[in-house]
Amino acid sequence: MTLTDHSKAVLDGSHSHGASVGGGEFVPESSRAARLTSFDPEAFGVPTGREEEWRFAALKDLKPLFGAAEGDAVAPWSVSDLPAGVTLEEIDRDAFVAGAAREPGDLLGAVAVAHASGIARLSVAPSTVVDEPITVTVKGSGEDVRHAMSVEVGENAEATVIVDRAGTATVGEFVSVVLGQNASLNLVLLQQWDDDAVHGGEVVASLGKDARLRGSVVTLGGKAVRLNSTVTLAGEGSSVDLFGLYFADQGQHFEHQVFVDHAAPNARSRVTYKGALAGASARTVWIGDVLIRKAAEGTDTYELNRNLVLTEGARADSVPNLEIETGEIEGAGHASATGRFDEEQTFYLRSRGISEEMARRLVVRGFFADLVHEIGVPSVEESLLKAIDIELEHVNELESADD
Amino acid sequence: MSTLEIRNLHASVETPEGTKQILKGVDLTIKSGETHAIMGPNGSGKSTLAYSLAGHPKYEITEGSVLLDGEDVLEMSVDERAKAGLFLAMQYPVEVPGVSVSNFLRTAKTAIDGEAPKLRTWVKDVKASMEQLRMDPAFNERGVNEGFSGGEKKRHEILQMELLSPKIAILDETDSGLDVDALRIVSEGVNRVKENTGLGVMLITHYTRILNYITPDFVHVFVDGKIAEEGGPELAERLEAEGYDRFLASA
Ligand SMILES: Nc1ncnc2c1ncn2[C@@H]1O[C@H](COP(=O)(O)OP(=O)(O)OP(=O)(O)O)[C@@H](O)[C@H]1O
Ligand SMILES: [Mg+2]
Repeated sequence: MTLTDHSKAVLDGSHSHGASVGGGEFVPESSRAARLTSFDPEAFGVPTGREEEWRFAALKDLKPLFGAAEGDAVAPWSVSDLPAGVTLEEIDRDAFVAGAAREPGDLLGAVAVAHASGIARLSVAPSTVVDEPITVTVKGSGEDVRHAMSVEVGENAEATVIVDRAGTATVGEFVSVVLGQNASLNLVLLQQWDDDAVHGGEVVASLGKDARLRGSVVTLGGKAVRLNSTVTLAGEGSSVDLFGLYFADQGQHFEHQVFVDHAAPNARSRVTYKGALAGASARTVWIGDVLIRKAAEGTDTYELNRNLVLTEGARADSVPNLEIETGEIEGAGHASATGRFDEEQTFYLRSRGISEEMARRLVVRGFFADLVHEIGVPSVEESLLKAIDIELEHVNELESADD
Repeated sequence: MSTLEIRNLHASVETPEGTKQILKGVDLTIKSGETHAIMGPNGSGKSTLAYSLAGHPKYEITEGSVLLDGEDVLEMSVDERAKAGLFLAMQYPVEVPGVSVSNFLRTAKTAIDGEAPKLRTWVKDVKASMEQLRMDPAFNERGVNEGFSGGEKKRHEILQMELLSPKIAILDETDSGLDVDALRIVSEGVNRVKENTGLGVMLITHYTRILNYITPDFVHVFVDGKIAEEGGPELAERLEAEGYDRFLASA
């Protein structure tokens, strides 16, 4: 097993898997503020793997997403019935670019917009409070697509949007999320792809004054998934909670990058990502950048990534970065820990008659439990616990195949 | 009627400095209804004996045998041993974050019995046992041993023992870290299970205090990986007064 450790992450052998280390210093090669963003694919070179943002990526699998799609498939998605005050419309590229929360941060995002087969805008009118989740269902059947989407939540509006992806496809996407003053959005992105899907996505969000975003990313399926989330806390008093849950098994490469840009005073951010890995060549990458700009006095931020390595041969990279340009902050910390499956826990459970398989299931469910309950959509939470159990059954099959 | 027979048990552990022999020929027979106190100096191997019987992967059995009602315990996996009727109350119970006590107890009971317990009686049993051990029902929703105080962990061990009703229980310093009241409550719990199920007990302890509540039938002095002397309850008094010097000198 290889564990790459760029922060003060700990690999703790035999005891509790997760003695967190807070406040470790990490000096990035260059400031996030200076990183290129553009809607023009030409502005970015083709990634070589040496770039900061590409160095852990599944470049070979993602390569098709650096250019236009082959064929003219449209994105295979459908949307649940829209409640009053919510509209969905096709918009053109110029309108999308003009209203986007941020420019793309890499070639993949820029290509997704430039070569989009369609661009949709989902708007929640000001002061509309939608209780039922709005569900976007993506069911791939081998399509190769680039597409873009915009989600706009007006002043004082509240909504929950779930994007549920399954089947197989090759997808490059760019999603812009704009929250008006005091708006609230719970955005849940589920990646439950088949084992051969390739998905590169970038989600950029901008929050107005006192706006609140809860964003959950769940990646359980796909051959290669790279999902980057960038949140600009542009309005004073805005707040974001980002949760991520991933489970990679043999042959899967899941990468999640998070960038929280504190640009306004008294904003708050929490980032919590947890992953499990099983099977040789299972690979996960988490990069969490937080930038506290000079104007962002009174910032309160904390980011955490924990990985649980269930079998030999899997590799988890975890890179938290914190850049602080003002001394006047409330609090800023990060923690990163990657641990093996804890033998003492398994022994304890088994000494009470619980089988090894069940013990593993309990421990992994326990590892994810608090996170699952943060998603805030009961139907999703329930189906997620089942999906995690199914992942674990794969692990047990792997193990018995080894015997 | 059950019998646990330990014969000439040798066990070692791998350390960075090489293999370390810890158990050096343990002989001990425990029958249903009997209580055997094991007393001995720190580091003499008492916990190693307890872990070896439960099947902890860290300890390698290099010689000897362990039979439970004639069945070879050493051939069994950790969970098979529990299902066969062995229970280990650990000196340092392990925290399993995120797994609720109620889920854990129900899963263990189901595994031991081979079928899910009847919901209504089960809930009643858990409630009654927790009440008797003075455990707040709120513990049901907490993670297994997660953030429990030392004494709460020990009560939780006895709670499990009562609910899983093993044939033979090994209590590794269950009395350490308990306040006066908790010691009485936990001891009463052990006595209750003994009375109700005819449990056989191996009671590892440093103090005679618990032996005032749980009367041992035998006291064994454990020194340097094996039993150095056996006697009745009076031996415990003598050890408390004299210490282990006379055994160490001759060892
Ligand atoms: N995994 C291990 N690695 C190295 N040494 C070990 C290991 N486990 C036990 N030992 C050593 O074996 C010896 C016996 O330990 P054990 O815990 O069984 O003692 P004990 O009699 O229970 O002591 P105490 O009364 O302090 O609980 C000690 O010297 C201990 O350090
Ligand atoms: Mg001990």
